[in-house]
This record gives sequence, structure tokens and C-alpha cells, in this order.
Amino acid sequence: MSLKLNNRQVGDITVIDAAGRVTLGEGTSSLRDAIRDALGAGHKKVLLNLGEVNYIDSSGIGELVSAFTTVTNQGGQLKLLSLNKRIQDLLQITKLYTVFECHDDESVAIRSFT
Amino acid sequence: MGNLAAEPGSGGSRLNAVYNSELESVDAAETAVTDMAKAAGFDEDDLHKIGIALREAMVNAVVHGNQYNAAKKVRMDAWLDNGALHVVIADEGKGFEVTNVPDPLAQENLLKESGRGILLMQAFVDEFQVRRLKPNGTEVTMVKYLASR
Repeated sequence: MSLKLNNRQVGDITVIDAAGRVTLGEGTSSLRDAIRDALGAGHKKVLLNLGEVNYIDSSGIGELVSAFTTVTNQGGQLKLLSLNKRIQDLLQITKLYTVFECHDDESVAIRSFT
Repeated sequence: MGNLAAEPGSGGSRLNAVYNSELESVDAAETAVTDMAKAAGFDEDDLHKIGIALREAMVNAVVHGNQYNAAKKVRMDAWLDNGALHVVIADEGKGFEVTNVPDPLAQENLLKESGRGILLMQAFVDEFQVRRLKPNGTEVTMVKYLASR
């Protein structure tokens, strides 16, 4: 299953619901486009919901890092929502849990944006 | 995509394949090996780890090794032996030294977009080895043991 993305606005926060696989190729380019579109529309607070993402490879991890730095460099915030155990493990292995702010509850995540 | 063949008389427990240097080959190799591992009794968590490790090795071979060069191939040999899955993947690229790969866990590298493939392979299989081939190429060998072995 390739990556499917759906954007929705909750106040001034763009929630990107992702489902499928974030892997080199279509998956990573779709995610890059979604972040670029959000920033292009002036939305600098992004909550990336990975609840339906079941697979991320190292290229997908790299794309998450790229999204984080792109949003941060534009003065925005990017946070992650609903990581399953496998993705949590990936962030542990790569030490990226020290970089990303992750939430399990969407309403808590929404309130955490400043 | 390439050629794939199960060894005759082995009950499909050995795969030899030659893949073109394209991203479709990565998916094909991942599917072939995880199907083989599933049939051998690896559980869902291990199948996920095998899939990621296989994928990382194939991406390295296709993208970094052969650099999508249509004239270069990726060879994969996978077999089951005494409760262990063995996979060998070789490309025809310039080759590299693992010791020259920057540590992706170093603070200064955490925000780099690439360079985590070897880390994930090492984390997800039980044995991992990289060998430079003569005159050209890199060969990655991975072994994953059945938990119930």
C-alpha cells in the first residue's frame, strides 16, 4: 500500500493524516509535497498523524527529518501523532526521539502548539 | 525488474535473483524474501525487521551502488538453513568502506536526511557483514534466526 495523505485544519494547525508506507519513491515525495503545500499556504504548525502508517524505511525517516527541519527553519513547528510501536522503535534506534515531539492524543497535541 | 528463480527440489527454500537497478526491484526483492521467511515461520515482527533490512540493502545497491545504471545488476541469493534465513545482496558499484560511513547517531548527524540504512540493517538482523568485491561492487550478507530455533 502506497502512502495516502489527507490534510485538515484544526484552528491554525494543519493535521496531515498519513496512511500506508513511507518509503523511498512515491511515499517520500508525497510527504515532501504535503509539507511544501502546507508551508506554501502559510500553515506553519503541522501535526503529522502517523496512526495508519505501518512501515517506514530509512528514506522515510530521512523525509520526516527533512520535514522537521524545513518547517522549523521557517519558524514553524512539526509534531508527530499516534506512532505505533514499530515506528517508536525506529525513532529509538535512530535517536530521533530526542528530536521529535510525539503525542498519543490529538487534542493534547493540538493544545501543545504555541 | 529482473530474474527470479527458486532452486529446483528445494521446496522454494532458496532464491537466486538478478535485478535491474531500479526502485521496483527493491519492492520485488522485499516481497520475495519476506514471503520466503513467512513460509519458514518467522513471526510478524521479524518479518517486518527482515523486510526493512532487505529493503535497506537493496536501496543501497540500486541507488548508492549501481546508481540506477541500467547496465549494472543487483544479485540476490537467499536461503534457509537450520532455522536461519541467509540473504546475500551484491551490486556492481564502486564499493565503499563501512568505517567511512558517518555515525548517524552522532549529535551532528541526527538531522541529516540520509545515512541510516546500515544502522537499521544492523539493528534488525542477527548477523551483518559488508564486503568490498573485486574489481567492483559491494556484497552485504545478513542472517536472521528464527526466534524458536
